Amino acid sequence: MRKKTTSKTIGLYIILIFVAIIMIYPFIWAITASFKTSAQLYGGNPLELIPRPFTFQNYIDAWTMLPFYRFLLNSAVLSIIVPAVSILLSSMAAYSFARLRFKGRDAVFLMLLAVMMMPGHITLIPNYVLMRMLGWINEYIALIIPPIFGASLVFNIFFMRQYFLGMPKELEESAIIDGCSRLGIWWKIVMPNAGPAIATIAIISFKNEWNTFLWPNVVINDYLKMPIQVGLSYFKSNVSSNWGMLMAGTSLAIIPLIAIFLIFQRYFISGMLTSGLTGK
Amino acid sequence: MISSSKVFHNRRKSKLEAQEALTGWLFILPAIIGLSIFIYGAVIYSLGISFTEWDLLTPAIWIGFSNYSKIFTDQTFLQCLYNTIFFVIVMVPFGIIFSMAMAIALNYPIKGLSFFRAAFYMPSITSTIAIGMVWLWILNPDQGILNAILRGIGITNPPRWLESVVWAKPALAIMRLWQVSGYYMIMYLAGLQSIPTELYEAADMDGAGFWQKTRYITIPMLSNTTFFVMIMLIIESFNIFEAIYVMTEGSPGGSTNTLLYYIYTEAFQSYRMGYAASLAWVLFMILFVLTMIQFMIRRKSEQENA
Repeated sequence: MRKKTTSKTIGLYIILIFVAIIMIYPFIWAITASFKTSAQLYGGNPLELIPRPFTFQNYIDAWTMLPFYRFLLNSAVLSIIVPAVSILLSSMAAYSFARLRFKGRDAVFLMLLAVMMMPGHITLIPNYVLMRMLGWINEYIALIIPPIFGASLVFNIFFMRQYFLGMPKELEESAIIDGCSRLGIWWKIVMPNAGPAIATIAIISFKNEWNTFLWPNVVINDYLKMPIQVGLSYFKSNVSSNWGMLMAGTSLAIIPLIAIFLIFQRYFISGMLTSGLTGK
Repeated sequence: MISSSKVFHNRRKSKLEAQEALTGWLFILPAIIGLSIFIYGAVIYSLGISFTEWDLLTPAIWIGFSNYSKIFTDQTFLQCLYNTIFFVIVMVPFGIIFSMAMAIALNYPIKGLSFFRAAFYMPSITSTIAIGMVWLWILNPDQGILNAILRGIGITNPPRWLESVVWAKPALAIMRLWQVSGYYMIMYLAGLQSIPTELYEAADMDGAGFWQKTRYITIPMLSNTTFFVMIMLIIESFNIFEAIYVMTEGSPGGSTNTLLYYIYTEAFQSYRMGYAASLAWVLFMILFVLTMIQFMIRRKSEQENA
């Protein structure tokens, strides 16, 4: 009996390890390839992972060809600003929906519900036209304002509202009796107690911002203002199939996010489960 | 006396209510204003654009339903639809099987669970643009690792993948399945957690084996999740864009073109804003129906869980 269980466990491990290799191998392959010389990349055995000799040349070449530090910096700043503003606006609205009573509240909430049924591509063309009218093409503001007011804002409102509804009202009651304003209550009592919800939204929005491509690709042509994914795609069109350089650029685009994922895994998973459609 | 104090009380109450209403509106206003411009307004505006012929340089010309009547005889549109149906047919069953199997395997109390979960999940958080380049190289017929492996196991003439009309779609489907399965695995893991353990205990007592338990308990109990995943995978198939952008640009011969990519090229390469907007509306309608179904299922399963 015992022997049977052990052999089953071993079988399970073999399958799991096999799948894990398939899932991780492309990452390891890309990252190790970025340190290989072109002699090894084109002449050597493609199955060999270890770079020999080890070289930074691909990174140096990529870095001198295009300002990758700008791409990374742009993405880092955007991935902080956009989620931060989104969290502020959505939690404010969510608090109102969860705790305050006013005429039209439920109608507005239903209207928000409708946004969840609208695919993102439907607003692409009109918003692009709007950016042209406003003169925001090639401006950072086009990467900040429209992305904040996307479907993700609505998801964040729903998520925060759900969280606030689960918070005990007693927390706020004494502050209400003390005559604290609603703004004060939201900022000083509700927000400090919403840590896990904020963290979940922050991490998912950070991921989405870091990976965003279609919108910035449409509104930004100036390479100094490109976020990393657009910069990477622009880089690709310039180096065609120089795999060493391409993998160096790719590694720069994925390593920061993988690092964050490994640190905050828990929030990624809880966020994915609740946000449903936003996890693209 | 009583009535006057009541009046006073009511007046005070209504003043408080008015204040609460004002605060309530002020709190939602920033979000509502922004959404009114960039979502609600944009959706209406795009409907307007879809009735025009417009290249952005010359003024838009109102042409009524002409764009829409053109769509259904547009060969490119029909090809995109055909390609999408191919992706749906391949991705839905395989996506369900892979993600469910991974979740069942990870539902056992084994060592290294969090490592495996992270490994399976990692592709789905990575940008498609970046990982698409890696796959472009993996799938490269001469220098790629996939064909190196295939040659290694004795296949002398492996497919030319993205260069081949026959193999480009399957290659993209493999790449997308590799990328998204971990995400659906998490959905299934949550579903598995909600199956009562008593069911398995009872089955154990009856001497049921692994396959019987899977067939008669696990799969039926996961049917809500499966339906949800199915709809998501269909929507996913319609929304393939970045992989096409970075890997094939719709080639060879339009065999990997998708609706979203077609909309993109019409709008931002050919500058046919009106036609692109009408295509976007047709895609919207298709996705709307699918999202409605998904939403209702979600509501239903949430009510059942509550």
